[in-house]
Amino acid sequence: MSVLVYTESEKGKFKKNALEVASYASAVAKMMGTTVTAVAFNSTDNELLGDYGVSKVLNVKDESLATFNAGAYAASITQAVKSTDAKVVILSSSTDTKYLAPLLAAKLSAGYAPNVVQAPESTSPFMVKRTAFSNKGFAHTQIDTDIKIIGVSNNAFGAHESKTEITIEEISATSDENMNNTKSVEIDKVVGKATIADADIVVSAGRGLKGPENWGMIEELADILGAATACSKPVSDLGWRPHGEHVGQTGKPVASNLYIAIGISGAIQHLAGVSASKTKVVINNDPEAPFFKAADYGIVGDAFEVVPQLIEKLKVFKAQNG
Amino acid sequence: MKILVCISNVPDTTSKINFTDGDTKFDTNGVQFVINPNDEFGLTRAMWFKEKQGATVHIATVGGPSVEPTMRKALAIGADEAFRINAEPTDGFYVAQQLAEVVKNGGYDLVIGGRESIDYNGGMVPGILASLSNMNFINSCINLEIDGNNVTAVREIDGGKEKLSSSLPLVVGGQKGLVEESDLRIPNMRGIMMARKKPLSVLEPVDGLKATEDKKFDKPAAKGQVKLADSVDQLIDLLHNEAKVI
Ligand SMILES: Cc1cc2nc3c(=O)[nH]c(=O)nc-3n(C[C@H](O)[C@H](O)[C@H](O)COP(=O)(O)OP(=O)(O)OC[C@H]3O[C@@H](n4cnc5c(N)ncnc54)[C@H](O)[C@@H]3O)c2cc1C
Ligand SMILES: Nc1ncnc2c1ncn2[C@@H]1O[C@H](COP(=O)(O)O)[C@@H](O)[C@H]1O
Repeated sequence: MSVLVYTESEKGKFKKNALEVASYASAVAKMMGTTVTAVAFNSTDNELLGDYGVSKVLNVKDESLATFNAGAYAASITQAVKSTDAKVVILSSSTDTKYLAPLLAAKLSAGYAPNVVQAPESTSPFMVKRTAFSNKGFAHTQIDTDIKIIGVSNNAFGAHESKTEITIEEISATSDENMNNTKSVEIDKVVGKATIADADIVVSAGRGLKGPENWGMIEELADILGAATACSKPVSDLGWRPHGEHVGQTGKPVASNLYIAIGISGAIQHLAGVSASKTKVVINNDPEAPFFKAADYGIVGDAFEVVPQLIEKLKVFKAQNG
Repeated sequence: MKILVCISNVPDTTSKINFTDGDTKFDTNGVQFVINPNDEFGLTRAMWFKEKQGATVHIATVGGPSVEPTMRKALAIGADEAFRINAEPTDGFYVAQQLAEVVKNGGYDLVIGGRESIDYNGGMVPGILASLSNMNFINSCINLEIDGNNVTAVREIDGGKEKLSSSLPLVVGGQKGLVEESDLRIPNMRGIMMARKKPLSVLEPVDGLKATEDKKFDKPAAKGQVKLADSVDQLIDLLHNEAKVI
């Protein structure tokens, strides 16, 4: 009876959230007096998980699973849950994982609590705290089934080192014909750029920028900070920016360490989606903009003056601070 | 093609969230309920299939009588027939089992739900439903084309998108992109009048697994005062030395 964690990788390397969920699983295992087993697909740096409290990795080696497939991944994870007699399954909040989690829940007749922000409040009964109402509230959710699935919010628990003796076992994929027949045809993904889901810093801009031609400075600012770019909903509805950048209650949630909002008024739907970010900075020329009430830091000023200055000063700052 | 759209009845996005009964229940006082935004995109895509490909569109909602105005709105937008499963939707697994019963009896080719509901944010009903009904599943779906039994879809992934092929019967978890914001329809008078006459059947729930319970709710701690910087230099200093985020 161990705790099982699904650790995501890309091109063989674990993603940042893999270390977060491994750390979370390790905390749960300590509470329950057991150990952590990880399932990974075609990963090459398995030893790394030993630094985050994982004592065993089941690495599914299968060329046909080189790209994510929800049904096939869920089938192999289901098999791993069964073979390790795991009672708690820990997942991330990535888009891929949110795709497979409900399939896994159905296969295992397991209760699934998504968007969990801290270690369980108790393990008997099993209680977790999660965000609800698009970050406007928290629910304390009890999971009543024999097997429990927890989706850990991005950037909520953090990665915590704890060295553990680790063994690695290669296993083959399990197939389940009843499980979701979909095929990947084409992946269109920006490479080498931080994504809203993973980035420590997100630079976001709204209708205050006046038009798509003014996004050059937003991208430059993001580049200097190693940040992902995002936007408010009307900006994507107007076609100024791709839909994938729309953040907020009806777009992507943002849970970065730093969120910089430029020319965004701070409507309730926008705030709901970004409030999980730890530090929020607002640049707006209207001191009455509602966003100032929800922000930690701000500058009242014209974006077209402030942002270029910020870019110049940050270049100097980065040169000095590495 | 027979389509079922799963509609969840949620507080309007502008709602202030409060809790009642010793913080064990969502306080519906003064709250306006609407079709879950993700479901509205799905419903509008279903209307497209109805108009261009002759599909029949049914809707289903698990909930008490208070959800019927939201269901009537979906009928006014153009759905043909509605099913309300008379049970409190307190757990996603349970809701999915109730919808699976409707799917089993209705012989649907395509079921459209939302990526998540904006109230309890479970993000699980369509996927569990697909699995229980042995149907294919595509989540975070932002484009959906159907030709005979063949499905071509695009889903959002972190940092981009992925094109997928699949086949009916299929369940999708949809969102903006299935149609554009500007394609959404406000029901007109004629639609509203017609919706009153469309069949809305009430079904009793089947026994199901209640997998989770929300025992208590609370709200995030109030935010402190914003610190306004007078200059860009001061802002960089605050972010570096105080917030320690750069
Ligand atoms: C059902 C529903 C769901 C929604 N979901 C979302 C969502 O998920 N995400 C979202 O973002 N919105 C959402 N909205 C829209 C939301 O209500 C607001 O309309 C939107 O967030 C406003 O975008 P904005 O702040 O970019 O634009 P505006 O409200 O137009 O604000 C522009 C801001 O820029 C400032 N500004 C102007 N010029 C300058 C300048 N030169 N320098 C600096 N600042 C300047 C102005 O003072 C103003 O505060 C939703 C709405 C509905 C009805
Ligand atoms: N009570 C309900 N009745 C009908 N459909 C629902 C209900 N709850 C959720 N759904 C559907 O499932 C989707 C995801 O909801 P959830 O899993 O609650 O986040 C929603 O967008 C709806 O399409």
